[in-house]
Amino acid sequence: MRKKVANWGNYPVIESELYHFRTDKELENFLTLPSIIARGNGRCYGDSSLSSYMLSTLHFNKAISFDIEKGIFTCEAGMLLDDILQIIVPKGWFLPVSPGTKYITVGGAIASNIHGKNHHIDGTFCRHVIEIDVLTADGNIYTCSPQQHAELFQATCGGMGLTGIILRAKFKLKKIETSYIDHIQIKARDLYEILDLFEIYQHCTYTMAWIDCLKQGKQFGRSILMMGEPADKDKLKHHLHSSALSTHPTNHVSFPVNMPSFFLNPFTMKAFNNLFYWKNIRKQIHTIVHYDPFFYPLDKILHWNKGYGKKGFIQYQFVLPIESSQKGLIDILKRINQYGTGSFLAVLKLFGNDESFFSFPMKGYTLALDFPVKKGLFTFLDQLDRVVLDYGGRLYLTKDARMQPEIFWKSYPHAQAWHEIMRKYNTGYKFRSMQSDRLEITSPHNQEKYASSTYFGSHI
Amino acid sequence: MPVALILGATSDIAQAIAKQLAKENFNLILAARNIDYLKRIQHDLQVRYSIQVDTVYFDAISFDQHEHFIQQLSVFPELVILCFGYLGNQNAAEKNWEEAYKILSTNYLGAVSILNRIANEMEKRKKGTIVAISSVAGDRGRKSNYLYGSAKAGLTAYLSGLRNRLYSSGINVITVKPGYVATKMTENMSLPQILVASPEQVAKRIWKAIHGRKNTIYVKKLWLWIMFIIKIIPEPIFKRLNM
Repeated sequence: MRKKVANWGNYPVIESELYHFRTDKELENFLTLPSIIARGNGRCYGDSSLSSYMLSTLHFNKAISFDIEKGIFTCEAGMLLDDILQIIVPKGWFLPVSPGTKYITVGGAIASNIHGKNHHIDGTFCRHVIEIDVLTADGNIYTCSPQQHAELFQATCGGMGLTGIILRAKFKLKKIETSYIDHIQIKARDLYEILDLFEIYQHCTYTMAWIDCLKQGKQFGRSILMMGEPADKDKLKHHLHSSALSTHPTNHVSFPVNMPSFFLNPFTMKAFNNLFYWKNIRKQIHTIVHYDPFFYPLDKILHWNKGYGKKGFIQYQFVLPIESSQKGLIDILKRINQYGTGSFLAVLKLFGNDESFFSFPMKGYTLALDFPVKKGLFTFLDQLDRVVLDYGGRLYLTKDARMQPEIFWKSYPHAQAWHEIMRKYNTGYKFRSMQSDRLEITSPHNQEKYASSTYFGSHI
Repeated sequence: MPVALILGATSDIAQAIAKQLAKENFNLILAARNIDYLKRIQHDLQVRYSIQVDTVYFDAISFDQHEHFIQQLSVFPELVILCFGYLGNQNAAEKNWEEAYKILSTNYLGAVSILNRIANEMEKRKKGTIVAISSVAGDRGRKSNYLYGSAKAGLTAYLSGLRNRLYSSGINVITVKPGYVATKMTENMSLPQILVASPEQVAKRIWKAIHGRKNTIYVKKLWLWIMFIIKIIPEPIFKRLNM
């Protein structure tokens, strides 16, 4: 049945077929469709999991095993991190890497090779994956790992579902003594200070900053650095000792309707940013908080994406190499400043080195911010893409809905090599999404067109 | 720990019920035809809740196996939840007896065959609860699904009789009329979202009904009113309607 479907950014919206499967047998039948793309909980922002024929993994979501001694979890790809946390936290384990929402599937986490606040210490999610089962276009299910069918494994991590359908995953967990975080917030008056703070606090397990992209003048780039360490039991107040490994509550507030788009204007956004910055009266705040508000502050409000109105929004996330980060950030923030309607708040983070074969992160700063979709935005973002490229950076595919193919092929250094492996398993481009078509990943002649087009930036 | 038997345990509603009961510290016996799928559900429940879960093969329309099915259970459950059902294809069933028979035998005969045996055993023990998923479709026959509806009407009538019979033995029988639920059965229908319940909502409602010893429940209150209106429309008008 045709259904209206969009991912988290509510842009683009398409009318398309969405199929479900519950057993391997049901899945086999769908391989006869002209093309498919696996789709988890629809929390990527753009068109990565949209296509004419989408295959939802949400009903293929069983836990398979949990080794409480060794901290190894195995489940089917449609299982949500939300469900996994409910199982592992009471036993003293946590996700090795967690994004800003717990409402994503394990399959999505691998296909996007997600990162979290601890990227500079623990890398991406796939670093902790021991083994996955992938159904490829030839109908075979490969069990692959860094040792076995390693090529397929590497190409599937961050491969946006284009090597096949991830069915099962086995991954390592992180030991915790409590489900609380020892949390320090430090206000930074401008961009230079926040970049210094990131350097100083590189040893902290979790770091990220909220940055005000709209502030000009002396306080350009003012931010709040958020740091966290898993809290030991003796750090907890006495009354919390009996619930030291409590999981998150399951109640929510729901964002009721799409906000009218005129509500988001430079004035309201600046007012919001001011409030956010000044709510921290002291320079430094030290608290013990539960993991839920620390990792997933926005999960409390279901459908917060409706706050950007019916037309949707683009979340723009890029990374710049460390050498050009400072110069590039100043340049880009100034342009966003001039453009006027940046997001309420943007997220800034320092990535560590990344050994992934084909993934977004690299050593350097990443900035993520939201832009409500409106006239002129895409032209502006196309210009911004050029700037990011000139500084040697790249965009996060999981958030992308509009990048030009050329930008992708030039900015992902292993795009060619990855494509060659991917094509072996994705014969006839059985697996394709609107994004992969748009980026000319799944179109027949891209090979010659983009051959050795990697670009290392003119501003480095 | 108390033990619950779930018949048709691979359905989406059954899986939600299993989780709800696991949270309430029941050990479970899951019964269905697809053993591979049952095993996956079993492992999932064991990992999530560290409870004891057994799986047994069960086919609603193999009536002659039902006696053996009851005999082989390692423990006799205090709670039985009947979740199996078959919507079928109304148009096909009008032309093809096999499809019609499958609808009638799964939803009605199969339920009667297994519940008769369970009821006898519970009556002996003077203890137990039976929950069965019937349907609002059984409240009045409509041209779009009267074969399914008539089988469920039969089931509803059977359950009310069974409730009447077992009352004096202290056994409670609950008829559940879920209305639209977001499951595999309704995956390809476009339904007004306000009338659609999630399997988890159904499971919660059932647990409350077990606890409160209810008789017949609709999951969403709105369905009570809709079915009330559908039932009071006079037949001379009703027969002309397109529903």
